[in-house]
Order: sequence, then C-alpha cells, then structure tokens
Amino acid sequence: MSNVLVFAEHQHKTFSKNALVALGAGKTLAAQSGGECHAAVLGTGIGALATELAKYGVKKVFAVEHAALEHYTADAHAQALSALAEEKGCDIVVGAASSIGKDLLPRVAVRLGAGMASDITEINGDGTMVRPTYAGNAMATISIETPRKVISVRVTAFEPAAAEGQAEVENVAAKIDEGALKIKFVGFNETKSDRPALTEAKVVVSGGRGLKNGENFKTVLEPLVDTLGAAMGASRAAVDAGFVPNDLQVGQTGKVVAPELYIAVGISGAIQHLAGMKDSKVIVAINKDEEAPIFQVSDYGLVADLFKAVPEMKEAVEKLK
Amino acid sequence: MKILVAAKRVPDPNATIKVRPDGTGIVTDNLKFVVNPFCEIAIEEALRIKEKQGGAEVVLVSIGDKVAQEQLRTGLAMGADRAILVLAEGNVEPIAVARAIEKLVAQENPDLVLMGKQAIDDDSNVVGQMLAEMLGWGQGTFASEIKFAGDKGSAVVTREVDGGLEDVEVKLPAIITADLRLNEPRYASLPGIMKARKKELKEIPIADLGIDQGVQVKTHKISPPPARQAGKRVETVQQLVDLLHTEAKVI
Ligand SMILES: Cc1cc2nc3c(=O)[nH]c(=O)nc-3n(C[C@H](O)[C@H](O)[C@H](O)COP(=O)(O)OP(=O)(O)OC[C@H]3O[C@@H](n4cnc5c(N)ncnc54)[C@H](O)[C@@H]3O)c2cc1C
Repeated sequence: MSNVLVFAEHQHKTFSKNALVALGAGKTLAAQSGGECHAAVLGTGIGALATELAKYGVKKVFAVEHAALEHYTADAHAQALSALAEEKGCDIVVGAASSIGKDLLPRVAVRLGAGMASDITEINGDGTMVRPTYAGNAMATISIETPRKVISVRVTAFEPAAAEGQAEVENVAAKIDEGALKIKFVGFNETKSDRPALTEAKVVVSGGRGLKNGENFKTVLEPLVDTLGAAMGASRAAVDAGFVPNDLQVGQTGKVVAPELYIAVGISGAIQHLAGMKDSKVIVAINKDEEAPIFQVSDYGLVADLFKAVPEMKEAVEKLK
Repeated sequence: MKILVAAKRVPDPNATIKVRPDGTGIVTDNLKFVVNPFCEIAIEEALRIKEKQGGAEVVLVSIGDKVAQEQLRTGLAMGADRAILVLAEGNVEPIAVARAIEKLVAQENPDLVLMGKQAIDDDSNVVGQMLAEMLGWGQGTFASEIKFAGDKGSAVVTREVDGGLEDVEVKLPAIITADLRLNEPRYASLPGIMKARKKELKEIPIADLGIDQGVQVKTHKISPPPARQAGKRVETVQQLVDLLHTEAKVI
C-alpha cells in the first residue's frame, strides 16, 4: 500500500489540463496500490487554486506556500515537494510530463531516493508501465523497483480526473533551505494567442516548411485554423526557420498532441514529427508530394498544392456552418 | 572556465527503428550510430563559449560501450580538448549515468556542465536534472540561449517552456541542457579530424567509479507501437470536408 502525491502544476495561477490528467493517473495508481491519493499545489496566494483542486476526488489537498515558490523554479519546488511527500508518507509522486514536470520531477526522484519513470503512456494492472522510446517506435514495458517512485505521465495518454466530492485543504508551510537555492526566475515571455492551447484543443492544424514563410502562416493557414476553432501547431522545420514561435513545435522533442482531428499541412511526416501526433483520432494530410510519409499515417490524404487547397478548405468549412 | 559536456552514442535520427521479435530491444544490425543531436548542440555551445571567452577547456564525457569512442572522437574533431569514456556494458539507467557524471564532476571541478535535454533513444529527459540535484547545483534545462553575467558568477538561460520562453538566472557551477534552437552545430573539419586522433581519450571502467548500480527501473520488454493504417486518398477539398463532416464527424 502506497499513498500517492500528485503535483498539480499551475501556470501563473491557472490549472491547465496537465494538473487534472496527473490527478487522473494518480488516482489510478493509488487505487492499484490500495493507498490514498493526495494533491499538492505550490506557490504563493494559492488558496483559490487549492479549493478548486479539492473538487477532483482526492483525499486531501496540500496548499504549500512559501515566498521562494512565488515563481516556478526547479530547486525550490523540488525541496518543497519532496519534503511534503516525506512528511505525508507518500511513496509515489506523480506529475505531468510537461515542461515543468520534466524539469522538476527528476530532482524530486533524487531527493527521495526514488526510481523514476518519465512520460509513461500506460499503467498496467500488474504494476508495470509503458513508456515510448525511440520517438515512439519502441514501447518499453517497465517497472520501478524502488520502494519510492516518481512518475511523469504523458498528458495525451490519460483521462483528466472528473469532479467528485470535496476534499479537505491543508495549508502547509514549505520546508525550503533558501541558502541552497541557485535558480532565480527572471521573466516569462509568453507566446500570446487567443487560440486554444495546443495540447488541449479538439482540432489542431499544423504547418510545415511547405508554408515557405511566416507571412503564409498568417495569411494562408491561420484563416483555416480560426474557422475550425483550432489550435495551431508546426513542424520543427517551420519553427527553426522562424515562421512561428518555438512552443508550437509538435513532435518527439516538442509537444505531444492527440486531438480529435489533426491536419498536417505542408509537413512531410518525419518520424520525429509523427511521434508528436500519431495518436490523434483522425489525421488529415495535405501535401503536394504523393510519396510523403505523412500519408502513411493519415486517415484522409489530399495530394494538392496547399496554397490552393487550404483557402478552399476554409471556404468549404464555413459553408457547413 | 572549464566545461564538461556529456555526449551519448545513439542511432541516427533518420534511421528506421525496428523492434526485435524477441522483445529484448531494437534491431541494431547495420544501424548507423551518431552523437545524440542534443549532445552535439551542447558540444557546439561549449566550443562557442570557449571561443568567446578564451582560456576555457572543453572536456567530453560519455558513458557506454567501447564503441562510443567514435562519438567522442567526433566531438574532439569538432574542437573539444579531451574526452573521458566511462566503460559500461548494456543498458545504463539514467540515474547511473547521472551518478557517474557526478563522480567525474568531483574529479574535474568544471564551472559548467552542458548536456543535451534528452537522448533520442531512451527519450527520458532526466539525467541533467538528476545530476543537478545530486550536486546541489542550479539548472537551466531546454536552453535556447545562454548569456553570462559580466563576472561569470552566473548565467541567464532562456528556456523553451510550455506557452513561451522563460529566463532564469543560475549560479555557477550549473547544469545547462540544450534544446534544438540553442545553436547549429558545426561539422568537424579535416584538420580537426586529424588533430582529434592525437587528443587524450581516457577510459575508466564504471566499476572504478564506485557508484551504486542497483536496478531502479527494470525493462521487461520492448514492443512495436500499435500500427496506424493509411486511410483513403481524397480527390478534392470538397470531398475531404464532406467526409470529415459526415463520416469522421470531427467538423
Ligand atoms: C533530434 C531531432 C529532433 C527533432 N524533433 C522534431 C520535432 O519534435 N518535431 C518535428 O516536426 N520535427 C522534428 N525533427 C525534424 C524532423 O526530422 C524533420 O526535419 C521535420 O519534421 C521536417 O519538417 P517539415 O515536414 O515541415 O519539412 P520537410 O520535411 O521539408 O517537408 C515539407 C513538406 O511540404 C511539402 N510541400 C512543399 N510545398 C508544398 C505546397 N505548396 N503544397 C503542399 N505541400 C507542399 C513537401 O512535399 C514536403 O513534404 C527533429 C529532428 C532531429 C534530428
């Protein structure tokens, strides 16, 4: 029997799907080990966040406050989270494999002397877990052999926790040795967008090198994106060329998405790109090269010049409405 | 400034990866191996820092099979000064890699450890963070830019994170892990390759480092991912939109 502590990450005081998915996976793990599932939210002025979290069927929510947690930094958060796990007797710590979870959880694992599994996509009944390796070309079935375990979960692979009950919120003063802190938050340059978040959208339209420049993303792709109410993604080639911001990159080393509908426009379908989108429910490819590998994973493939097809598609979608 | 750079031998990112039928791993026959692309970016960054600051030393380290010499020679040919290969057979867990580098850090006393943010074989993205915690150091992961403060006592690292770019200031010594857009690595020049042959490449059996190699994470089997079938080709945009509406029901 092990109790589970879920790290509920928030970005500047809002929860994203990341927190709820981590909770969902945490509850599964707790049920499996016969322990209880608690959640932790760290920061300053997080009362409202903790209350919100308490609605998702956990046993207890720990609201961990400390001036050093005002902004996310890996060392302060690792100290506070691992101290909390020890104090509350939680042998399993779970979080999302997001940019915060990836940065933080390995440090927590070291502090707790726990084995760590990152980016898992399945939890099996026998205690093993599955994680993709080699850009998703080889699925590893693994088990953590240490008594304490730290696990990061792939957000597209688990259901978010559903609202149920009302847990108790316990305020906890964080244990942080401030003298040991080596990282200082300087600033966050947010990619401003009114569109849904890439990892949460039902529809994602991604553009690749085939778009040729940033201007075409705006004038050709974005009208379709917005008509569909979609999020916009991109291939690495498009990001590297500076057509769109970095955080739109979908793939092995970018974001992993699994929307209802993924439309790849002018993207060849390199394995690193496929690793980030091939679990989408329906995949559409628009590419002028009929040999492009993207067609091998597409449910619907259109061999066409995107500069003609994309505006046409926007018109056709508008007519549906 | 002394910079330690970690470099892993991995399959060529363009190679087709196939799982062995017995589920023990991937097929490695005729597979080309390279320096992990993220490690290559870390090496490049170290060389640029050296070129800018002068007087710096760039030391490469790899943990793996004897054949990883090839990848270290590649790094030396790019311009690194010397290399250390920690000899270990088979699968070395990320935690053991971090522990091995921790020992080398104690021997070498670098001001900075540069690593790739993830190895494209195991895709774990944990070693740099684990190492930072072991050493009690700061970290700047997923770096797309590194700037040193005037006194070099700290660095400002721009990080590629969800929703944008974040800047953090880390005290040195620190661990920085490279993301794709930190730089574009150079190719080794012919004179570089000639020189690399004479550069020091020291080998240390992992057992000599005296680290705990107990199994933390056990791999039971490797399986191919569920296959996705190619669907249909459509002839026109109208047909596509109709099918998405009536058949797939996603718009
Ligand atoms: C370590 C590493 C990590 C990587 N990580 C990622 C990652 O996370 N995500 C990622 O995406 N990539 C990643 N890559 C890069 C990947 O290997 C590919 O290089 C990249 O995905 C290619 O992007 P692309 O498809 O836009 O460009 P290309 O491969 O150049 O394809 C462009 C496509 O556009 C089509 N096209 C051109 N003009 C038109 C037109 N007018 N109409 C219709 N179609 C047109 C072409 O036929 C072609 O298929 C990584 C690579 C490495 C080595």
